[in-house]
Amino acid sequence: MRNFGYTVARTPEDAVRIAAGTRNSTFVSGGTDLLNLMRDGAQAHDHLVDINRLDLAGIAVDRQALRIGALARMRHVAEHPLVRRESPVLSEALLASASPQVRNMAAIGGNLLQRTRCGYFRDAGSACNKRVPGSGCPAITGYNRGHAILGGSDHCIATHPSDLAVALTALDATVHLLGPDGARAVPIADFYLLPGSTPEREVALRPGELITRVDVPRTSLAAQSRYLKLRDRATFEFAVVSVAAALQMTGRTVRDARLAFGGIGTRPWRDTRAEAVLRGRPLTETTIAEAGRVLVRDAKPHNDNRFKVELVQRALARVLSELGGVR
Amino acid sequence: MTPQRSAYTRRTVLKSTAAATAVTHLTSAPAIADDGGTSEITLSVNGQRHRVAVEPRVTLLDALRERLGLTGTKKGCDRGECGACTVLVDGERIKSCLTLAVMRQGAEITTVEGLARGEELHPVQEAFIRRDAFQCGACTPGQIMSAVACINEGHTGSEAEIREWMSGNLCRCAAYQNIVAAVADAAKETPR
Repeated sequence: MRNFGYTVARTPEDAVRIAAGTRNSTFVSGGTDLLNLMRDGAQAHDHLVDINRLDLAGIAVDRQALRIGALARMRHVAEHPLVRRESPVLSEALLASASPQVRNMAAIGGNLLQRTRCGYFRDAGSACNKRVPGSGCPAITGYNRGHAILGGSDHCIATHPSDLAVALTALDATVHLLGPDGARAVPIADFYLLPGSTPEREVALRPGELITRVDVPRTSLAAQSRYLKLRDRATFEFAVVSVAAALQMTGRTVRDARLAFGGIGTRPWRDTRAEAVLRGRPLTETTIAEAGRVLVRDAKPHNDNRFKVELVQRALARVLSELGGVR
Repeated sequence: MTPQRSAYTRRTVLKSTAAATAVTHLTSAPAIADDGGTSEITLSVNGQRHRVAVEPRVTLLDALRERLGLTGTKKGCDRGECGACTVLVDGERIKSCLTLAVMRQGAEITTVEGLARGEELHPVQEAFIRRDAFQCGACTPGQIMSAVACINEGHTGSEAEIREWMSGNLCRCAAYQNIVAAVADAAKETPR
């Protein structure tokens, strides 16, 4: 790994100021993705600002929202009694991620900013529009089993690997940021960007901005939620396809639904049209299948990932059937 | 690189402890190694404080093995996938290849060398021997450290639960059956 400077920040304002004043720097919390990216040459930094000593690890709750500090570790959020009771999809998504050791290290803010697992992105010897803008995308014509079938462009079809981000997308979370120009909040739906012609821009972070907190609204809908992750091994693996679903029923009728998906889109994939198919209608095999068809209506599968079109519909059907008590 | 054999005599331990005490204030300084150069840090490992000079890029794993001579912690994949480098930091298991030594100042680090009390092995070590839970042994220190934490966390209710919560440690000899048995054994003997 190429060497770099290192500074320990004491306050969020301190961290932002140091980062803004230091060329080619980035924040480090758990470091579980960052160190590998730097080893592989997929990312290079002249300076790391260690944010682990900032007072941002708390998990608080008030009437409106669960407020998760950006430095809360994956394990502690997953095990939090209120998270498990009120937003089980968050806990399940976190426990389906990485390994117990990494969940002790990795922080929530960093989890949201982890980079794609696309092998061409991670290999400094390959072309990649995300890593070197304009160099091309070998995945589109190359090996693309792990890539997106929705939201891709001629420049990039990489998926975002965070399970947590998919769950937060289903629950309409808000990402709080602090930057050189002050604090602001961004709905998670606007936080992740489609690749378009600028796949190097993945998130709405401005230069020097730090994630300080993630807020999850407290709703009765979120209490009826779950996360299904399909992968090539039983555990300790990234998703091939995943579904975060929340469902509120009145008798046999769907009162409200939230659906987000991992492994199929170039960002954590929310589909409000598929939700609308279900809302106000009975939850049956027919309506579930219709929601699935709407989800993949605009899918553009590639050579190695055509199976995802069918797989994601089956995954959706399984989650909804279990949540809604169909069969 | 030739690993320096550190001979931990009573004198060197006392010396390093005294030195560490004298410079404690440095660990709370706002910034170190601004320029990426080598800086002296204090690591607390198995109850002993050590002064080590490291560049920021040195992982905790490399600091333990190459600077402190604690080679019980193994370097397998060096990218967080195999778990051979598992150690405890403040009682929680982590992968020491995915963290920088400079990030772990002030933390209590436990390596496999810190488990036994004199000649008396830790119950998890005893169980691994009794259950023949290793073949080549390369993953074993990591498996044992992970098992200690897994038992402390209470994730040993069933074979399936042990397998899930030990999944961050790979064994290329595939001694999994006996590893699971050893973890279950040790869990029964360990008061929580």
